[in-house]
Amino acid sequence: MEKILSEFEKNQKELIHILHDVQEKYDYIPSRAISEISRHLKISESEIYGVLSFYKAFTLKPRGKHVITICMGTACHVRGAPMILDEFKRKLGIEPGETTDDNLFTLETVNCVGACALGPIAIADGDYHGQMKTREVDKIVEKLKNEKRNDSE
Amino acid sequence: MDDINLTKLDEIRAKISQLRGKQKTCITVCGGTGCHAYGCLEVAEAFKEEIGKQNLQDLVDVRTTGCHGFCERGPIVVIQPEGIFYQRIQLDNIKDVISETIINKKIIDKLLYIDPRTKEKIVHEKEVPFYKKQKRIIFGNNGFIDPTDIKDYIALEGYKALTKVLFDMTSEEVIGEIKASGLRGRGGAGFLTGKKWEICRDVDSDKKYIICNADEGDPGAYMDRSLLEGNPHSVIEGMVIGAYAIGASEGFIYVRMEYPLAVENVTIAVEQARKLGLLGKSILGSEYQFDIHIFKGAGAFVSGEETSLMASIEGRRAFPRQRPPFPAQEGLWGKPTNINNVETWANVPLIINKGTEWYSQIGTRKSKGTKIFSLVGKINNTGLVEVPMGIKLREIIYDIGGGIKDGKKFKAVQTGGPSGGCIPAGMLDLPIDFETLTQVGSMMGSGGMIVMDEDTCMVDVARYFLNFTQEESCGKCVPCRVGTRQLVDILTRITQGNGEEGDTKKLEDLGKTIKAGSLCGLGHTAPNPVFTTIRYFKDEYEAHIKEKSCPALFCKDLIVYYIEPDKCVGCLLCLKNCPVDAISGERKKVHLIDQELCIKCGACLEVCPPKVGAVSKYTGKKRDRILKKSSVERAEK
Repeated sequence: MEKILSEFEKNQKELIHILHDVQEKYDYIPSRAISEISRHLKISESEIYGVLSFYKAFTLKPRGKHVITICMGTACHVRGAPMILDEFKRKLGIEPGETTDDNLFTLETVNCVGACALGPIAIADGDYHGQMKTREVDKIVEKLKNEKRNDSE
Repeated sequence: MDDINLTKLDEIRAKISQLRGKQKTCITVCGGTGCHAYGCLEVAEAFKEEIGKQNLQDLVDVRTTGCHGFCERGPIVVIQPEGIFYQRIQLDNIKDVISETIINKKIIDKLLYIDPRTKEKIVHEKEVPFYKKQKRIIFGNNGFIDPTDIKDYIALEGYKALTKVLFDMTSEEVIGEIKASGLRGRGGAGFLTGKKWEICRDVDSDKKYIICNADEGDPGAYMDRSLLEGNPHSVIEGMVIGAYAIGASEGFIYVRMEYPLAVENVTIAVEQARKLGLLGKSILGSEYQFDIHIFKGAGAFVSGEETSLMASIEGRRAFPRQRPPFPAQEGLWGKPTNINNVETWANVPLIINKGTEWYSQIGTRKSKGTKIFSLVGKINNTGLVEVPMGIKLREIIYDIGGGIKDGKKFKAVQTGGPSGGCIPAGMLDLPIDFETLTQVGSMMGSGGMIVMDEDTCMVDVARYFLNFTQEESCGKCVPCRVGTRQLVDILTRITQGNGEEGDTKKLEDLGKTIKAGSLCGLGHTAPNPVFTTIRYFKDEYEAHIKEKSCPALFCKDLIVYYIEPDKCVGCLLCLKNCPVDAISGERKKVHLIDQELCIKCGACLEVCPPKVGAVSKYTGKKRDRILKKSSVERAEK
C-alpha cells in the first residue's frame, strides 16, 4: 500500500489512479486501503467510498477464482446474449455481480467489449468464447471446475 | 533519438523509407481487438518463427498492425505491397503462406475471401466488396502501421501537418482552416469543431486544457477504440495542433478501462512522441510546449458526457453539471477546456495536410468528410466501415455489409447507441448525415450501427436500452433516475405479457418529462429508443399488449418451444441436450416438451439438425393451445 501511495501526489486528482492500482494489486479495495488513501490525500473516507462505489471498476469484495464475463452489448444482445447469461446464472446459481459460495466463480456482465463480430461472447478468465451457444455454457463451467481439481492434485 | 527539429523530422522520414526499401514484402497481421479474440498474436508469432527457421528475414517482414475493420473474417493477414488478402488464417496455414505465397509467389485459393453474391474468389484487399464502397481517409493507414512504432507513422507523412502548423501558420489560421473545412464533432452532437476551438481560444486565461474523449461507452460502437489502438499518433498529432490553435499547454486522453489494448498503445505512443520531442517542452525545436496525460476511466457510461468527464479527471464522481458555463469558459479545475472526440482529433492532421478544399468536397452540404461506423448485429460483414457522409443506409447495409445474416429479413437499424433510435426498413434510402438522422428521431451519436432482423423484438430492444440507461444514470436528476426506472418497469411488464391498454401513451408522456427535466445528454436522449420504436413499430407494442404475443418470437414469457410431430425423427439429440430434462421420448419416436419444465433456453432448437427442423417457436393463440395440450399430457402421465 505504502509503495502504491508513494508514487502519487497528495492531490485529489490522483484518487482514481490510486484506486486502479489498489484494485489491480488486491483484486478489490480493502477497507484498510481506504483509510490509508484518506490519510495520504487528506480527503474523508466517506468521499473516497462515494467515488469508488460510483465506478464499476472498483469492488469492495474479492472476486472468485474464475471470473466469467458476459458481454451485454447491443450486438451481442440481438444475437442472443440474454439466453447465454440466463444459462450461466442457472448453472452457477448466482446473479451477475455475485460470487459462488465456494469462491470459485464470479459472474459479471460488461456493456460492450467491442468484439461484436464474435457475438454473443463470454469471456472466461480472459479467454474469449465467441458465437456462444447455450449448450456450450456447461462445457466452459465444467472445464474451469476441472482445472481447479488438477491444481489441487 | 534526441529531441528533433523540423529538418531532422524530414531526415528521419527519409531515412526510414530508405532503410525499409519499397519493394520488401511485408506480412501484416491485423492486431485489432476482434482479431485478438481470434488469436492473431499467435499467428503473428508463428509467422516470425517460421521466417526465422527458414532464414527469410531479409526477404520479408512481419508487422502486427492496427485494425483492418473487417472483423467478421479475422484473423486477417494482408501481404504487402501486393495487398494479397488472406482471411480466417489458422496456425496450420502459416507454413503454406511462407512456402507458397512468399517464396513461390503463388496465391493460396482456400485462404481467399469469396464474395457470397458472385461466388468469386477475391485476391486483393481493395477489391473485397466490404472495402470497395468505403472511403478510408482516417482509417486507411491502420493496416500499414504498427501502432507501437512511431517510425511507421512518421514514414507515412506523420507529424507533417504539425510541422506546417508550428512553423507556417498562426493559431488564427489553423482555426480558420478547421472552420472552413466544415468539420463537425464526431462524438454525437455535431458541433462545428473550428467554432468550438475559437470560443476556447478567445477566453483569456493563464492556463488552458484540451481533452480527447475516448470514453466510448455506447454498446456496439468501437471505432474510437480501433483508431486509438491502430493509429494513436494521428489522434496525438491532431491534439497537438488543436492545443497550438487554442493555446493549451496540457492535454488529457480519457480512455475507457474496458479497452486495455487502447490504453496500452496510446500510452506507448505518447511516450515515443515525447522522446522524439513531438510532445513536451519546445516541440520540434519551436517555442511551443504541450504535453499529454493518459487517464484511464473507471467504468461509468456517464463520464462520456463532457462535464462528467472533467469531474472524473479531477478525481471525483462523474456527475454532470449545469451548462453554462461551458467547458470552453470554465472547464477542468475552472480553466478553459476544449473537448473533442477521438475521431474528430484524427481528422485534424488530414485537413491541414490535404487542405480544406479537398476535405469539404467529401460529404454533404452541412456534414463534411467521412464517418466511421461500427456495423454490427445481424449483418453478414460485421466490422468498421468508413464512408463519406451522405451515403445511403442501403449502401452500407447491403453493398458493404453484404446484407442480413442467414438470409433473414431486415427490420431496423439502430444508430446512436442508447441515445439514438431505430430506423425502419422504409427509410433505407435516407442519406446519412447529422440532420437527417436527427429528423427521423435518431442521431449520429458516436457511430454505432446495429442491424436488426425479423427475429429482433423491438419492444425488447427498447427495454434493453432503457435498462442500460437506467443502470448508467448517475442519479443526480430525479426525472432521469426515477423516470428511466419506471420506463424499464413498464417495458418489462409489456414483454412479460402484462401490458395494459394505454401503456404506450404512458411511456411517451414519461419520456417527454425525462427529456425536459434532465441536466445532461444522458437523460435528454434516454427516451429516444422508446419514442422511435413506438413511432415505427407500434404494431409490435400492440401485439404484446393486446394479444399477449411477440411477433418476433423473442420474449421468453410469450413464446413456447414445440416439437413438430410430423417432422421429428426421434434422434434423441434435443433430449440429451435439454439442461432441465424437459423433453421425453424414445429413439425413432416423436419427442415431447413438457412446457411446465421448459426454461426456454433454446438448446433444442440449436441442436435439432437443420434438415429435420422439427423445433419451432410459437406465440399468441397457438402458444396457448400448445400449453393446454402439454398440461393435459402431463396429467395423463
